Amino acid sequence: MSSSSSQSFIGRCLNSRSFLVGGVITLFLLTCAAVSLFWTPGTIDISIKTRFLPPSADHWFGTDQFGRDVVSMLMTGTQNSITVGVVAVSIGLFAGVALGLLASAQRGWTEELIMRMSDFSFAFPAILSAIMITAILGPGGVNSIIAIGIYNVPVFARLTRGSANAIWAREYVMAARASGKNKFRITIEHVLPNILSILIVQATIQFAIAILAEAALSYLGLGTQPPHPSWGRMLNEAQTLMFLQPMQAVYPGAAIALAVFGLNLLGDGLRDVLDPRLSRKR
Amino acid sequence: MSVFLAKRFITLLATLIGASIVIFTVMEILPGDPALVILGVDATESSVAALTKELGLDRPPLERYFDWIGGLLQGELGNSYAYKVPVSELVQGALQITVPLAILSMILSVTIALVIGLYAAANHNKASDVTLMGVSQLGISVPNFWLAVLLILYFAVNLKWFPPGGFPGWDQGFWKCINALILPAVALATVQGAILARITRSSVLEVFREDFVRTARAKGLSQRATLWLHVLRNAMIPVITVMGLQFANLLAGTVVVENVFYLPGLGSTVLKAINNRDTIVVENVVLMLAAMVVITNFVVDILYAVIDPRLKAHDI
Repeated sequence: MSSSSSQSFIGRCLNSRSFLVGGVITLFLLTCAAVSLFWTPGTIDISIKTRFLPPSADHWFGTDQFGRDVVSMLMTGTQNSITVGVVAVSIGLFAGVALGLLASAQRGWTEELIMRMSDFSFAFPAILSAIMITAILGPGGVNSIIAIGIYNVPVFARLTRGSANAIWAREYVMAARASGKNKFRITIEHVLPNILSILIVQATIQFAIAILAEAALSYLGLGTQPPHPSWGRMLNEAQTLMFLQPMQAVYPGAAIALAVFGLNLLGDGLRDVLDPRLSRKR
Repeated sequence: MSVFLAKRFITLLATLIGASIVIFTVMEILPGDPALVILGVDATESSVAALTKELGLDRPPLERYFDWIGGLLQGELGNSYAYKVPVSELVQGALQITVPLAILSMILSVTIALVIGLYAAANHNKASDVTLMGVSQLGISVPNFWLAVLLILYFAVNLKWFPPGGFPGWDQGFWKCINALILPAVALATVQGAILARITRSSVLEVFREDFVRTARAKGLSQRATLWLHVLRNAMIPVITVMGLQFANLLAGTVVVENVFYLPGLGSTVLKAINNRDTIVVENVVLMLAAMVVITNFVVDILYAVIDPRLKAHDI
């Protein structure tokens, strides 16, 4: 039974185009990040002599206004974006889902308290809270991850509570309660599995938002600081030379778009794979 | 229903009071003295002390907090430290740009989302669904500030259809202003609309699996009729949640796109005020944004109850 279910799982993975394409792009990005830890095709050190070199065998995408190899900058920037996405979404997912499930199971004052705290955090939009946190702690990569992660908590808490409340109102949950199951068991056995696909879709969206938010913060000069490369800051630096070197602004934007596109496809594919009822339907 | 509304309203007030305390505390621990920022690093100690006294910043924090709240209750927001003009004037000017921009973006994004999301769900796993989801994923993936730059290059610089940035002011004519807001609104709505389209499709597909949908289909109702009569209403809960969040975010979260287009909206005003340590402006604007978010959530909660009567019965 377990062998056949695992086979069908692999079969579903191979049948999902989103999963395959997203998986390949994500794997490519992870490989870039891993390889850039010990090798890059050029240097990311400033060198006035090599400024604005056109694309060549030595510099595939040329060099920027500081003489840094653009491909090497993009590769090293991958590490940054993946770290931000993973950490910020994990903070939101673990804390937010736990709080949302607790609110939905307990109702009453627990739910009120969690939802009001969630409203409270929402009162400060991601970019604004990140700007305020960086104003207090000083600009930096870690501070921007904390700010984006904190913003993710109420997003997941609210979505989990909303979806879980709809499950708690179902007949099969009432039947489970009548059969004597406690709230914790019902949450784990009935509520969580039934809201998982919504959470996965939301997690991929939040991952995308985290990468985009970090890029935006770095673009404003509040995120990852020099000398560590970041796609957002590369965009900012390139924008001033937009009319002279338009491609310098295209590469980092395209890198962000590719990363987010790949992760979203993977998430979409995962949902179809994890929830085969959707694939069988109609 | 009235008990439900009263309870929600009391928690709304409590949230706002809590938010005001947090905002005030954050401004207190923010490094940098407003008087020093205004006078510059070369200012003498005595001139900094004199300005601090003039701004009323030498008084105890608790006294200043209650002064601020007391002023707010009387509709008095105080004067900006940096610009020496009433905060209400600054906010009013910024809102004249931010609110129309947010509304325009929201109209565009909801239109894109409902059309794409419903069509894709109704054609699940067909070529049109795969194509539309591919396009929506591209939309989510593109950073809005990068899209903004590309839009400026193509539509403002190349085609000259729209201005590349700035805002003429409403006294210069309605269409001129709308024209200035179209490119930023498209940059914002592309991402928001793509996210909302995915949520709509996902939510509609979830509801399609419900027993009542199977019953409706078994009764002979067409797929289209089932979608409009039964699925749509039930699928709207997560969609409305995300819409509410997106609108609240549009009011303050447009700071980066505002920067690209040189629009002096609410986001830019807060960013400048933080950099200038114009704490009175930050406190008022952030509290106003907090109020907007909390009120939006309040409305979303009420809509939940209206859309799904099971939730209403459970809540009251």
